[in-house]
Amino acid sequence: MERIPILKMGSYLLVSIQVDMHDRLALQLQDDLTGRIAATGARGVLIDISALEMVDSFIGRMLGNIAAMSRVLDASTVVVGMRPAVAITLVELGMELTGVRTALDVESGMALLSTSVDGG
Amino acid sequence: MPTTGTAQLAPLLKAHESEVLNDWMSLQWKSISARRDLVNEQELQRQSKDFLSAFIKAVGDRGADITAAEYAPLRELLATISRMRAHQGFSPAETATFIYSLKQPIFTLLQRHLPDAQALATELWSANVALDSLGLLTTDMHQKTREEVIARQQQEMMELSTPVVTLWNGVLALPLIGTLDSARTQVVMESLLQRIVDSGASIAILDITGVPTVDTLVAQHLLKTVAAARLMGADCIISGIRPQIAQTIVHLGVELNSVITKATLADAFAVALKRLGLAVTKTGSDAKAPTPSNSPERA
Amino acid sequence: MATTTSREDFPLTSSEHIVIVRQAVRRRAVESGFSLVDQTKIVTAASELARNTLMHGGGGVAVVETLQNGTRTGVRLTFEDKGPGIPNVELAMRDGYSTGGGLGLGLSGAKRLSNEFSIETVPNNGTRVVIARWK
Repeated sequence: MERIPILKMGSYLLVSIQVDMHDRLALQLQDDLTGRIAATGARGVLIDISALEMVDSFIGRMLGNIAAMSRVLDASTVVVGMRPAVAITLVELGMELTGVRTALDVESGMALLSTSVDGG
Repeated sequence: MPTTGTAQLAPLLKAHESEVLNDWMSLQWKSISARRDLVNEQELQRQSKDFLSAFIKAVGDRGADITAAEYAPLRELLATISRMRAHQGFSPAETATFIYSLKQPIFTLLQRHLPDAQALATELWSANVALDSLGLLTTDMHQKTREEVIARQQQEMMELSTPVVTLWNGVLALPLIGTLDSARTQVVMESLLQRIVDSGASIAILDITGVPTVDTLVAQHLLKTVAAARLMGADCIISGIRPQIAQTIVHLGVELNSVITKATLADAFAVALKRLGLAVTKTGSDAKAPTPSNSPERA
Repeated sequence: MATTTSREDFPLTSSEHIVIVRQAVRRRAVESGFSLVDQTKIVTAASELARNTLMHGGGGVAVVETLQNGTRTGVRLTFEDKGPGIPNVELAMRDGYSTGGGLGLGLSGAKRLSNEFSIETVPNNGTRVVIARWK
């Protein structure tokens, strides 16, 4: 079945969500990522959602879960590229994703990861 | 209610089209609603001709029911004319009169050619119903265009009055001035977030020195803006909170825990610089950089 | 009085259907000239409600309509199921309240994201949620 690809870059894992995910695909990503973090001992996860035109409570929760699970596995997560319309809507929906670190784009996301990874 | 019927109207109009058009034109041109300052005779002639022939066709096909599909081309034509006139500065009444002034030539035509009182009444009523509905439609369309123009102007005004300023590479400032209503805050929020994306800023300072009052709604809007910016990876600092506003916020029980607040824009800027690992240092005023002209020469 | 100018019906019996409904709503919102933020709001609300219908209602249907009220254009969505119904609507509308392990933001969130919201529910006879957004 289709899966969202996970790229490995050194000690980081990089995910770029390009499709309008159905729920099962999102859950699959959650599983796959947690598995890969454990398998590779990755210290950082970067999730690029700049192509997403919508984030609902299900996807929001998925992102929160990924952040929480990776923390348990001693990795940091950064979500990057949320679009303005999506951010405004998510806040109106009532989700603020407080446990998730965010950055504007992949570049600043990587910078953020490297400071947190090096820092402990 | 009189029955509607247009069996005679369409063929009569068709047969006497140019006559009706001329009568209508001279009526329009004579009346004040012609607005000779806004439209010239040729254009009015063209609009009237197009309208009349579309009207004749529609009436022939479908009688007096202007909501029918056969009336679609006529409605579209009317929409174009109404929009143009709204932009040109006609009042809704003036545009509607364009339609209503057609009644007289049509009634005259019907009277002249229909001896039977019953038939005359039926056809007159049908024409009346159709033209009344079209006149109302025109007014609606005109109104809608005016509203679009006003909305666009308001948008432009709002955008002009809420400039987003780049204080430094990566630091944006949004000096809010005046009262913040729901609509304005929406525009402000959207333009700030877009600027964050466009400039790659990681810190945005919302300065509310120029905002006279902050009520629960405004406070909520500000907090939503801060939350949305954070989701995008930018942190917000709210500055310019005057003592009265601070009191209001506490009274309202608004939670500002997760937001950094500073009394002045300057303080906020200092925090932003620190965050980015930047510092402002004084350049030494007595140290002179060596130049060929003032380097000490040993004799 | 608003009239429906076009209507599409969709089944909601699998999670792929939620995506199909989202995309249909996006198309309608774009055609109706909604701003990007308004498009995103109604698509997100649709996603929440479609998921509710699937997860809590045991599956159902979604109806997507374009409306015309005078010169105003709008999009109306109806989500209907023949499931267990919602015993306490007021409780269900409270942020954070969830019986299915979700976040409990579906109903209240959809309401906040829409201009119009209504809900009818009868125990054991299903639920019907209708939302609308106007340009």
